[in-house]
Amino acid sequence: MVLTIVEHDDGELDDVSLQALALARDVAEQTGESLDAVAFGPGADAVAEAAGAHGVETLHTVEDDALADYAPEAYGRAVVQCAEELGTEAVIAPGTDRGAETLSHAAAKLDEPMAAEVTDVEVGEAYELTRQRWGGTLIEHSKLTADTNLLTVAANEVSPSETGGDAAAVEPFAPDVDDGDLRVQLTDIEQSDVEGVPLGEARVVVSGGRGTDGDFSELEALVERVPNAALGSSRAAVNEGWRPHDDQIGQTGAKIAPEIYIPAGISGAVQHMVGCKGAENILAINTDPEAAIIQKADYAVIADLHEVAPAIAEELEARGHAE
Amino acid sequence: MEILTAIKRVPETGAKVSLTDDKRDIDTTSLGFTFSPHEECAVEESVQLVEEHGGNVTVLTLGPEDATEQLRSSIAMGADDGILLDGGDEEWGPVGTASAIAEAVEGSDTGYDLLLFGNESADAANHQVGVRVAEQLGLPCVTGIKDLEVADGTATAKREIPGGSEVYEIDLPAVITVKEGLNEPRYPSMRAKMQARKASVDQQSPEPRAEGLELVELEVPETDDSPAEILGESSEAAEDVVDVLEELEVV
Ligand SMILES: Cc1cc2nc3c(=O)[nH]c(=O)nc-3n(C[C@H](O)[C@H](O)[C@H](O)COP(=O)(O)OP(=O)(O)OC[C@H]3O[C@@H](n4cnc5c(N)ncnc54)[C@H](O)[C@@H]3O)c2cc1C
Ligand SMILES: Cc1cc2nc3c(=O)[nH]c(=O)nc-3n(C[C@H](O)[C@H](O)[C@H](O)COP(=O)(O)OP(=O)(O)OC[C@H]3O[C@@H](n4cnc5c(N)ncnc54)[C@H](O)[C@@H]3O)c2cc1C
Repeated sequence: MVLTIVEHDDGELDDVSLQALALARDVAEQTGESLDAVAFGPGADAVAEAAGAHGVETLHTVEDDALADYAPEAYGRAVVQCAEELGTEAVIAPGTDRGAETLSHAAAKLDEPMAAEVTDVEVGEAYELTRQRWGGTLIEHSKLTADTNLLTVAANEVSPSETGGDAAAVEPFAPDVDDGDLRVQLTDIEQSDVEGVPLGEARVVVSGGRGTDGDFSELEALVERVPNAALGSSRAAVNEGWRPHDDQIGQTGAKIAPEIYIPAGISGAVQHMVGCKGAENILAINTDPEAAIIQKADYAVIADLHEVAPAIAEELEARGHAE
Repeated sequence: MEILTAIKRVPETGAKVSLTDDKRDIDTTSLGFTFSPHEECAVEESVQLVEEHGGNVTVLTLGPEDATEQLRSSIAMGADDGILLDGGDEEWGPVGTASAIAEAVEGSDTGYDLLLFGNESADAANHQVGVRVAEQLGLPCVTGIKDLEVADGTATAKREIPGGSEVYEIDLPAVITVKEGLNEPRYPSMRAKMQARKASVDQQSPEPRAEGLELVELEVPETDDSPAEILGESSEAAEDVVDVLEELEVV
């Protein structure tokens, strides 16, 4: 059996979990095993229908009161016990903070290897994996040899696929956890008051790098002229203290997927570009025609951003595109 | 407070990555080396915590002898001591790396209050070394932290989620893995860099362990490198830019 850890928000399956289920079903089909899932917390049984529609036969629900709030080590312990009781071939988790954290605990407790950020599995004598390195800048082919194969699925790399199956059978699972496993547990959730359009949801992202020389005023003014637009930056601009890290796009920053991305004064380092892989179009503004970003863009303006950005804002105004 | 911070030496790639002939590694002949932004924040945080609470920061790396360069960069940022776990020519994976680090902690005379790691390494990124070390040492652990406060033997750690953050309270000693954005790492002064060159680094030779995860080869993903359509070479290109925006119906 192939067991998938799924995350949900009060019964609604999260996207990365649906992606993990697609990869897990592929593994299950290759090994001729059935596909099961495990879900935690209040409302876990409400996931049965969506899980079934994505190929899950049995949904194991952990609705223990002590585990109602996320607790990484206890969740890891529960996954181990569930896997051992069911005799699983593989445990597959979504490539989220919680997914990786829970599975790492399980891996350490089982003393088994674990592979993260996997995008494809060919089951032969071992699991032949394709996984991401450097946030997706490089692809790794590797072999996983284990009694229980543990992997997390890279976010937004595998498409969910529905089987149209009936709701999964629900089987409550009661893990045996002790106080030690509950040393770390979610104590609170704080809301942040985000102003403007979040980077990840913007349709237009304008961002500035070292080439701004610290002056973001024209880029800010341009963003204000465009609906559903947000301002981003490169790591160089963050390091200089010109922008907060929340604005950083790239491997160790935000991942964006706008209709159009407009990097200005950014050279196009691979660690920056993995953050904007999801952009439909890229329009670069750079003084250097040899900059790597020009190769990677669809459109380019080879000029000083401090002149081009205000000119675009003026042209928008002239054509009546006022925000 | 005694803090141990673990960092990993990685090549500093630029706009293009090329591989060695056997495709098992990045061709580093013309590259410098660095460590992950996450780990840079881990070093900065440990230095700040010791500035606030007193104590010592030890930085540790498992890698080739050349990795002392990254230990010295951390010492220039304010860390006190460095430990190099000399990996020799063996293949190390997450299991062996974690157990070597845990054994170095167990074998040390220092009782560490806090072990800091990156959430994931810059290159292989298997997201697990910190958790494995915590499990081996029997310590509590939380990962992916972007805000950390320590008072009276307890750490309050926050992890970002869409629209807010999760809050965890965790008793020390503990393992915490962090992400970039936790703080703004300092630039070391020239003088600090010179002094760091003279700092002594403790060297140990751990035993590798069998790894179930084995590298076969690396591949550079295909990208569309067709040249961009050049809209212009002055601010007059603004008209064409707005044409593109109108065509995409985003204005
Ligand atoms: C592990 C790791 C993770 C990283 N993660 C990230 C990440 O998440 N995000 C990220 O961005 N980087 C990341 N980096 C850093 C990355 O490698 C680059 O150093 C960084 O992206 C460079 O930023 P930049 O393009 O702004 O600066 P530069 O490379 O200095 O480029 C500046 C550009 O501005 C142009 N320019 C100068 N003046 C003007 C002007 N007046 N008008 C128009 N153009 C002008 C120049 O021609 C040049 O192309 C990471 C690095 C490592 C090692
Ligand atoms: C001789 C030698 C050869 C090696 N060859 C390779 C190679 O070809 N490819 C490769 O990817 N790795 C290589 N390594 C490094 C080692 O295999 C990795 O560090 C290990 O696989 C950890 O997995 P990860 O990078 O996925 O860690 P993750 O779990 O993603 O790392 C999380 C955090 O753990 C800490 N950490 C991870 N690795 C180390 C380390 N080495 N030292 C100190 N702290 C660390 C960091 O704080 C990091 O942010 C080699 C090491 C040696 C000594």
